[in-house]
Amino acid sequence: MQLLLQRIFDGVSDGAVYASIAVALVLIFKATTLINFAQGEMAMFGAFFAYIFAVQSGILDFLGNQYLIIWVAAIIAMVLSAGVGITIERTLTRPFDPEDHLPVVLITLGLFLGINAIAGIIWNYQARVMPAMFPNGSDDKVVIFGARLFYDTIGTIVTLGVVLYILFIILNKTKMGLAFRAVSANVESARLVGVRTGRVLSFGWALASAFGALGAVIVAPRITLQPSMMAAIVIYAFAAAAVGGLDSVGGAAIGGMIVGLTKSLGNGYLGSWHFGLEHPPLEFLPATPLLIPVLILLAVLWFKPSGLFGTKRIERV
Amino acid sequence: MSNQVLSCENVTASYGAIQALHGVNLEVNEGEIVVVLGANGAGKTTTLRAICNMVATEGTVMLNGRDISKADTADIVNAGVAHVPQGRGTFAALTVLENLEVGAYTRTDDEVQSDIEMWFEKYPVLGERRTQAAGSLSGGEQQMLAVARAAMSRPTMMLLDEPSLGLAPLIIEDLFQTFAQLNKEQGTSMLLVEQNANLALEIADRGYLLETGEITGSGSAEELRNDPAVQAAYLGA
Repeated sequence: MQLLLQRIFDGVSDGAVYASIAVALVLIFKATTLINFAQGEMAMFGAFFAYIFAVQSGILDFLGNQYLIIWVAAIIAMVLSAGVGITIERTLTRPFDPEDHLPVVLITLGLFLGINAIAGIIWNYQARVMPAMFPNGSDDKVVIFGARLFYDTIGTIVTLGVVLYILFIILNKTKMGLAFRAVSANVESARLVGVRTGRVLSFGWALASAFGALGAVIVAPRITLQPSMMAAIVIYAFAAAAVGGLDSVGGAAIGGMIVGLTKSLGNGYLGSWHFGLEHPPLEFLPATPLLIPVLILLAVLWFKPSGLFGTKRIERV
Repeated sequence: MSNQVLSCENVTASYGAIQALHGVNLEVNEGEIVVVLGANGAGKTTTLRAICNMVATEGTVMLNGRDISKADTADIVNAGVAHVPQGRGTFAALTVLENLEVGAYTRTDDEVQSDIEMWFEKYPVLGERRTQAAGSLSGGEQQMLAVARAAMSRPTMMLLDEPSLGLAPLIIEDLFQTFAQLNKEQGTSMLLVEQNANLALEIADRGYLLETGEITGSGSAEELRNDPAVQAAYLGA
């Protein structure tokens, strides 16, 4: 019981981070029907923005409280990342025909490498300690049936919930949100009701970039800050987005939780699984539990190709 | 000459290397319903797309005395043009209500809600399904929604691209009555592209014949109905 609960807490904690990156992926997918392969790297860059403001420059030191400093830095980083997202959309993707997917996919792949390299040049690949957004000492926890639930986990979940709620309001209750969903449903018709699709795409990139940056700022204290920090996370975020259905924001959040939980439970219960061999090849061992989310992804795509909450593409012909 | 709302002067359009329109000239005056008759592939859809600048075009398109040939599609819609595209173009993933709301995207007045209610009264089936995804509606219901959505922008000029396509005769008749009613009550000018010449000529004031990207004839609805060539080609006489 204690162990199960512990693994669930750990899974939820990781899942929240996968969810935030997955939601960012979904936002751009909804706007452009494309996967932004650079999402993780853009988020990493956002975390470095926060680091500059919170630590490197000391510009926010006058605020006094360490949590206040990192939160203000995180919000600045989200705004700056939104600006980066808009700039990328305007300069690198807009010149290309949106119907022709290959060039834009190649651009996001190029951005993936480029952003990582630029971050490496500016900040090098040395791991840095990122200040935490929530108290994360070894005593900052509540114990439930013997399992440790850290404040960091609670804070991450609450933050994700609040931001998802804000996102829901923006998408469903504002005129811009309606325009965004209209473009997502049918670009040509959106233009024909007078929506400036370029502006809506910029809006989508801005939202996604800000959301991704927040995820990276939250996770950075756990895994240290460095240019390749998102590599392992973004893989699971892709899986989470696909499990939830690539065009469903809520689905991506739930997908993130599913992936986080299966990874944590798989690791816990199958981590010592030896394939029935007395001397299993060592390199297999750490990889086994990591396969679980991938198997879940395969199963979902096999039985429900549009994901658990995605829109089925049915078109009258 | 009465007040001209829309005119195309020597408009050409091409998809890549293929030229679809070879210098189309037409005009729509205030309060008029003008029909463009033509066979498949004559360039009817392209003519409407050229007006909204959704295809590479040359030539001049004037709307209420303003040159809109180089204007952005969103600006053209803002200037009072509503386009009901072929295949309806409803937002399948949005609800019926949201489709109408987004149809009023360019409006800033506070009568949007009452206009929506007006359409729900006119087409009760849309009202009953206001919270359903538009993609779940039947073809006829989608066409009603497409027309209602276009009307939600309170356009001065409506472009209708083969609204009768694939619909049952009763529904078509109902739709055309709606067009005539909108035209009469709100003074909306209309450019209607059709193969269903019988019904189109019934509500139209004037018409053009479009063949392989060129206007080959024009006249009042009465003249066109009595033209032997039109009868042979479009009226099945």
